Amino acid sequence: MTVIGETTAAVSSTGPEHVAATQLRRRNAWRAYEIVLWLVAIALIFMLPSKALLLTEIAILALFAVSLDLVLGYAGIVSLGHGAFFGLGAYVAGLFAMHFFPEPVTGLLVAGLVSGLLGFVTSFLVLRGSDLTRLMTTLGIALMLAELANQMAWLTGGADGLSGFTVGPILGLFEFDLWGRTGYIYSLVVLFLATWAARRIVNSPFGLSLKAVQGNRVRAAMVGVPAKSRIVVIYTIAAVYAGFAGALLTQTTSFVSPDVLAFHRSADVLLVLVLGGVGYLYGGIIGAIIFTLLRDWFSVITPQYWMFWIGLVLVIIVMVGRENITRWHTFLPAPIQRALARAANWRPGPKIGGGQ
Amino acid sequence: MSAVLQTRNLMKRFGGFVATNDVSLSVEQGARHALIGPNGAGKTTLINLLTGALKPTSGRVILQGEDITDLPPHQRVRRGLARTFQVNQLFPEFTPLEAVVLAINEREQLGASAWKPLVRYPQVVDEAAALLERFGLSDVMGERTSRLPYGKQRLLEMALAFAAKPRVLLLDEPAAGVPEEERHEVLAIVRALPSDVTVVLIEHDMDLVFSFADRISVLVSGALFTEGTVAEIAADPRVKAIYLGEDA
Ligand SMILES: Nc1ncnc2c1ncn2[C@@H]1O[C@H](COP(=O)(O)OP(=O)(O)O)[C@@H](O)[C@H]1O
Ligand SMILES: [Mg+2]
Repeated sequence: MTVIGETTAAVSSTGPEHVAATQLRRRNAWRAYEIVLWLVAIALIFMLPSKALLLTEIAILALFAVSLDLVLGYAGIVSLGHGAFFGLGAYVAGLFAMHFFPEPVTGLLVAGLVSGLLGFVTSFLVLRGSDLTRLMTTLGIALMLAELANQMAWLTGGADGLSGFTVGPILGLFEFDLWGRTGYIYSLVVLFLATWAARRIVNSPFGLSLKAVQGNRVRAAMVGVPAKSRIVVIYTIAAVYAGFAGALLTQTTSFVSPDVLAFHRSADVLLVLVLGGVGYLYGGIIGAIIFTLLRDWFSVITPQYWMFWIGLVLVIIVMVGRENITRWHTFLPAPIQRALARAANWRPGPKIGGGQ
Repeated sequence: MSAVLQTRNLMKRFGGFVATNDVSLSVEQGARHALIGPNGAGKTTLINLLTGALKPTSGRVILQGEDITDLPPHQRVRRGLARTFQVNQLFPEFTPLEAVVLAINEREQLGASAWKPLVRYPQVVDEAAALLERFGLSDVMGERTSRLPYGKQRLLEMALAFAAKPRVLLLDEPAAGVPEEERHEVLAIVRALPSDVTVVLIEHDMDLVFSFADRISVLVSGALFTEGTVAEIAADPRVKAIYLGEDA
């Protein structure tokens, strides 16, 4: 009996169900590069306290870019107006603190909710048409919102922006300090939680169906995926995320500039995502780091012309090719590539045979 | 005798060209129904009309008594109408495992679940593994689909359609382009499909058609030319002429 039992166990532990479960488990295991990234982000709280403001800026831009990645990399929508949700979140957070309740987490959630609502409503417009139509639709919505904010000066402060509100301590406990340390920790925590949630979403059955629609829309329909309703959901989630990012900017600076709705925000965040790579979530974070550092570096060496250099980098990236953007590492010599891949994709758990 | 899938005066025009010409077809429950005809006869177009990949110019499609003409493809799949494609339509970046899990998820209405990872649906995982094994794909379940040999890709085509647990399965030249040595594997799978699934098969290999089908419809220039049992079609000199004339 024992022998039979053991044999059965041995067979089932190498059976296809087991292999399938192992592969699916590894699919969403944390990669080494993710863990390193978060540990470094935490370490920077202590190692670079004087750079807290810059780090906060990176964290906020990263969240905004993660949001755009949900739209571009998972819903397949090229948006030139993603700043609409960012700007709306920024204004809502400011107005909420001013007129209702100064506690930032509450304000953050309200801002996300309002942006999400706009995302939900506009998603139906974005579902229609070709890539170019979508580009124009998203751009148009963002322009309208910017103009609206400008016209409604009684509410938004118009060209002067929104100021004169105070942001209370986080959860009533942690005061924002002058050096931006609390602001960075707050932004980092929000970025982490948002990325963690996004990670779960894209690794779920829902996320798989989004990738399927991207990979082959015809076949996705023929296995029963209702592409449109799935896109509405992810677009709405992305809008919530952008609203969070906008709210973070308001809360960490205690000011809303009309600049939050400016066109360059939408363009910048697209550039960030192109720099970091589309469709794997961390592209937004890595892109935000590269973008902010590049900008700072260029603006020190050529204060007048840093946009020129950013533009040049963009052109080079685009010339190198859309596919290659996300595979820049394939230009490295093969042994380095292999080592990088092994290190970056290292995950806990047993090795499985087959692919590399 | 009850028809599970019917078309009524189905018509498809591409500009001035009539690709489907007044086709009224009836497929019986549990049938092995072959659809034959020379290249360009409109067989694939007919499948596209049945599954909603194309909208008919006029006419109706009826599945189990329900008019599905105006339903989008994904809702037809949910009602039990699945297909394979003559030219592979797969997810190049997915592994066969991911693709099959996707198809099972959608059938089980789990596709909108956005929180738990795939591995946390053990019934889906087990079913996917069993399905991959049945379709001879378990040894490559972790490879990228784009890297699979063509024969394996054809098997995945069928596995994806089959994962929907269809009542009616439309197979558009399942062995098309498969090298001779991998062909028998594909054909064995077709032969082994469970008898409660109604199968509509498009195929050029007459030996396979005659051994597999219980009913045959012949399509010529978009119209239904003739229809009958295997014996009737095999004995029909006009059908022979059509195929010999085409020197296939
Ligand atoms: N989307 C389309 N636009 C224009 N013509 C088409 C289209 N699809 C098919 N056709 C034409 O319809 C005819 C039937 O094609 P098809 O259904 O693929 O034939 P079969 O599958 O029997 O070989 C062909 O002449 C083909 O060129
Ligand atoms: Mg065809």
